[in-house]
Amino acid sequence: MSRNDCQKYLTLSGLEQLVITPESNFINVGERTNVTGSRKFLRLIKESNFEEALEIARDQVEGGAQILDVNMDEGMLDGVEAMTTFLNLIASEPDIARIPIMIDSSKWEIIEAGLQVVQGKSVVNSISLKEGEQEFIRQAKLIRRYGAAVIVMAFDEEGQADTYDRRVEICRRSYNLLVEKVNFPPEDIIFDPNIFPVATGMEEHRKNAVDFFRATQWIRENLPCASVSGGVSNVSFSFRGNQMVREAMHSAFLYHAIQHGMNMGIVNPAMLEVYDEIPDDLLELVEDVLLDRRDDATERLIAFAESVKGTKTEKDKKEQLWRNEPLQDRITHGLVKGIDQFIVEDVEEARQQVKKPIEVIEGHLMNGMNVVGDLFGSGKMFLPQVVKSARVMKKAVAYLRPFIEEEKDRKTQSAGKILLATVKGDVHDIGKNIVSVVLGCNNYEIIDLGVMVPPERIIETARQESVDVIGLSGLITPSLDEMVYVSKEMEREGFDIPLLIGGATTSRAHAAVKIAPQYSNTVIHVNDASRAVTVLGKLLQKDNQVYKEGIRQEYDKFREQFLIRARQKDYLSLEDARANKIDLNWKDYSPTTPKKPGIHQIDDMELEVLKDYIDWTPFFRSWDLHGKFPAILSDKIVGAQATELFADAQQMLAKIIDEKLLQAKAVHGFFRANASGDDILIYDDSQNITDRFLTLRQQLKKRSGVPNIALSDFIAPSDSGIEDYIGCFCVTAGFGTDELARSYEEQHDDYHAIMIKALADRLAEAFAEYLHEYIRKEIWGDDSGESLSNDQLIKEQYKGIRPAPGYPACPDHLEKQTIWRLLQVKERIGVELTESLAMWPAASVSGYYFAHPESKYFGLGKIKEDQLIDYASRRQITIEQARKWLSPNLAE
Amino acid sequence: MRRTSRQDIIEELDKRILVLDGAMGTMLQQYDFQEPDYRGERFKDYHLPLKGNNDLLSLTQPEAIAEIHRKYLEAGADIIETNTFSGTGIAMADYEMEDLVYEMNYESARIARELADEFSKRTPEKKRFVAGSIGPTNKTASLSPDVNHPEYRAISFEELRKAYKEQVEALIAGGVDILLVETVFDTLNAKAALFAIDEVQDEQGIDLAIMVSGTITDASGRTLSGQTVEAFLTSVMHAPLLSIGFNCALGADQLEPYMKRLAMQTNFYTSAHPNAGLPNAFGEYEQTAEEMKSCLESYFEHGLINIIGGCCGTTPEHIKAIVELAEKYKPRKILAESV
Repeated sequence: MSRNDCQKYLTLSGLEQLVITPESNFINVGERTNVTGSRKFLRLIKESNFEEALEIARDQVEGGAQILDVNMDEGMLDGVEAMTTFLNLIASEPDIARIPIMIDSSKWEIIEAGLQVVQGKSVVNSISLKEGEQEFIRQAKLIRRYGAAVIVMAFDEEGQADTYDRRVEICRRSYNLLVEKVNFPPEDIIFDPNIFPVATGMEEHRKNAVDFFRATQWIRENLPCASVSGGVSNVSFSFRGNQMVREAMHSAFLYHAIQHGMNMGIVNPAMLEVYDEIPDDLLELVEDVLLDRRDDATERLIAFAESVKGTKTEKDKKEQLWRNEPLQDRITHGLVKGIDQFIVEDVEEARQQVKKPIEVIEGHLMNGMNVVGDLFGSGKMFLPQVVKSARVMKKAVAYLRPFIEEEKDRKTQSAGKILLATVKGDVHDIGKNIVSVVLGCNNYEIIDLGVMVPPERIIETARQESVDVIGLSGLITPSLDEMVYVSKEMEREGFDIPLLIGGATTSRAHAAVKIAPQYSNTVIHVNDASRAVTVLGKLLQKDNQVYKEGIRQEYDKFREQFLIRARQKDYLSLEDARANKIDLNWKDYSPTTPKKPGIHQIDDMELEVLKDYIDWTPFFRSWDLHGKFPAILSDKIVGAQATELFADAQQMLAKIIDEKLLQAKAVHGFFRANASGDDILIYDDSQNITDRFLTLRQQLKKRSGVPNIALSDFIAPSDSGIEDYIGCFCVTAGFGTDELARSYEEQHDDYHAIMIKALADRLAEAFAEYLHEYIRKEIWGDDSGESLSNDQLIKEQYKGIRPAPGYPACPDHLEKQTIWRLLQVKERIGVELTESLAMWPAASVSGYYFAHPESKYFGLGKIKEDQLIDYASRRQITIEQARKWLSPNLAE
Repeated sequence: MRRTSRQDIIEELDKRILVLDGAMGTMLQQYDFQEPDYRGERFKDYHLPLKGNNDLLSLTQPEAIAEIHRKYLEAGADIIETNTFSGTGIAMADYEMEDLVYEMNYESARIARELADEFSKRTPEKKRFVAGSIGPTNKTASLSPDVNHPEYRAISFEELRKAYKEQVEALIAGGVDILLVETVFDTLNAKAALFAIDEVQDEQGIDLAIMVSGTITDASGRTLSGQTVEAFLTSVMHAPLLSIGFNCALGADQLEPYMKRLAMQTNFYTSAHPNAGLPNAFGEYEQTAEEMKSCLESYFEHGLINIIGGCCGTTPEHIKAIVELAEKYKPRKILAESV
């Protein structure tokens, strides 16, 4: 294969130099320090746990990455700050800073922040002609001035290049602009000509790989000195779940791509078969598809893929052989695999062999559960499996109970007594229930007080039952304060047992800064069920002083650093922040008038319709399986488990829909509105102000040109003379959930009890997505005939937003009361608010609608005392009441 | 486009090795200036001590600065450096003299320009050039001064860029031929200087010669900010440089292996202005002109150099010796013709 004879090589640097010559092997880019690709990295960055985040970077370098991709593109992160801080930290770690950095962002301001803190020659990932030539040239000039190489996506004003011709056209145009207009060194240009899936069954995707190869070759032959890069795993997307085929596809794709001139890229080494070790028959089929060699290539590869699955069925038959194993092995197998089919007969057999029935629990069953615990502890089993094990265990115990009572047997010896509760005002319990099941499996005695548990009851029960540990859970932000209150009460009552904190809004920061100082015994934040087991094991061992001291010191240190960091931040006064609001161009704006103003109601939404709007990623997260859907189904580690869970979920979902087990309702309305300061005034037909939404304004000092936003900025101000509108809504898919969950619990089936709640949550979110789309299209949109896929909906690629009170843009839960008043939510659809303003049923979503095309999601961040005082007077409550409601957002 | 001397310099560089002058600070020590001398008439009531602010002497003792330039030109230097090593708002903040930065740079450049023109006239066959000295400032953009907060930075890229821009504009207005970003111990600082230079040149439509000179701090062979010779080169080669090289911290002996590595890697012209050996226990430089000359001989034998001069501890005597040596040798050949 001929190459243009470029004498200049792409040369990059960290503390050391990297020269990419024609003789270089494929340059592998480390991609785990990317918040969009690694849940773990995202979590660590969100928690400001930079020490562990740096470990991920170090692992990449030690694992052979030659360039380190860093990406902080996540809606809830301050990307500029996260990029700056992380790159600064890398700079102080010589063994990481050794290699060049790839500054990866779709936002120019984050890229520029990165460019300003790396001393070496980095790579910008990426720019494109998407926003036109002018912006492309502007960014390229700056990149050149900062001294970095650049990845150019094959993307232009028309969209992403998906054919050979379009790739060639866009790459040529980009190259010419860069070389001729910007004087960009051609060896510093890297093209990403878009790797798309093949074998999708769509005729137009047949040439996706071939076009990529040909475009790559064209680039290397016609655009002197330029490199080609890409993300390989996309190509096998349609075979997710079939590891063998995917790995073969990746390695065959890479083999041909490199042959055609691709010289760097992002490849997960764990997802790659050695090219020479691909079986000949599979290789032929894969290459038929990649190279588009036969009309029936896709069908043949699919047939092969299914036959691979067929082999698995054979294996299943073989697996039935376990029934011939000795009794203990069968019981253990049943528990580990979560098979409840034979457990009663096995337990009965065991009962007849022992003197007292209790010995079956303490012997056979505990032996099996210990294996489960060990596998779980070492990461070889995952949460959904453990919950299934628990189901088998409970079934076995339920069978044995009458025999035990008959014998008036002694009680079993438990590992410890744990009280669990979702705090007052909060109704969310999926996470708590999972922890409860997992701990139960590990021989802890659980006293689960359920949801909305008042502090007095927690204290009283803990005393009566002399529990060893209290665990508090909650999802909404007011619960954070409630937990602080419980910890104070425990201190006052002289408790001397550890306090565990968990739940979606809780954090190590909150536990360390707000709770630990209130309570003298151990306070520890445990956010997943697997950690709960280890932590409790350590807390309840005899010599636990060292561990407890360690936790205390760790939290003290964390608190100190957190407060120092918090203090280092600069804030604007409320007045200055308001002066720096977003100035939308109201003069040239004419708001769309809702076709049907007023309040509307949907009493019995068809669940079948909502099914297609489900965002599955959070569903897996609630089971402690982390990764993006659908990629998670083929994940190397959790893929098999995720696939099984997904199949179970589909089955249950079908049952819910067929049997109408859940009821979904919604109410929404549109109101004349104008902004006045940070308030949004609501008018009736005769222009009287009937109500007002209170919004909060960002106060963290921004870089120049970046505004301090409040939601009111997206509504036309009252002095603009424009008649603007605001909408609000409440949807629920939760009616019926509690009854169903209870009936499963009665059958000792926690797996399905948790599943039904998780699915109801998903359906409620799907309903919110559906309703928003309906409103944009039918009631309050620009009629442009929006047509977005579910994936695009999830990525929020539409105009207008629907922020929800209690979430980052508007953390004030009190706003829900206003929505309830305006829409008569309780009267119309029966969704209620608790005293902490959680919604009941729990699977409900409420929020506002903003239609302005430039409205966007943001995080309020911390606010200062001046805004608190101002807010209290607007809300007409005392400053102390306001402080309680807004405490998670008050700057230290 | 305004006439610049870049082409003139390149013509000279293809013919011969150019000699840069020696230390300004070492020469100033001989004057033994005291506080009142630093202050002069203009700053006699200034609220802070000013002794040690050498850049200020361009305003308060301009004759002394001119005399030092003259001595180096008489010794045979082709390029003299302006007295502006600390001429940024960042370095001048120590004396609260940020407002004087433009004037100091402008005056320093003007003084050097006058002297260089005088000598160019006197020896037309040997054109003399002025290099505007741009130091590293006293803060680092890629290192934290606080070990407990490795993410903290005492200075940002943006602050450096602004400060350098001010200095560069004044130096250009004062008439320099070359912008010399020198004693680079943190490459990110140098990148901010190069960013500012590019901006100014773009705005003014000019194309001055740019020299970059890094500092290898010790036998680790790395810059203070941790980069190897090759990484340092890679990080600044996006700029249209005239030359790249090293200065300060080491003597000619210790610097040679790094110059070899650099010369092998780059298509830019190369420069070196090492110290007069390593300092003794009292911080003084003892290497004589003859000693330094013999250390440098191997630079020329190996063809490592296009521009050579002296840093800390060097005097007109050293430069005279270097000129004698340089005349005997051919300049380094640029590796391959750049495409």
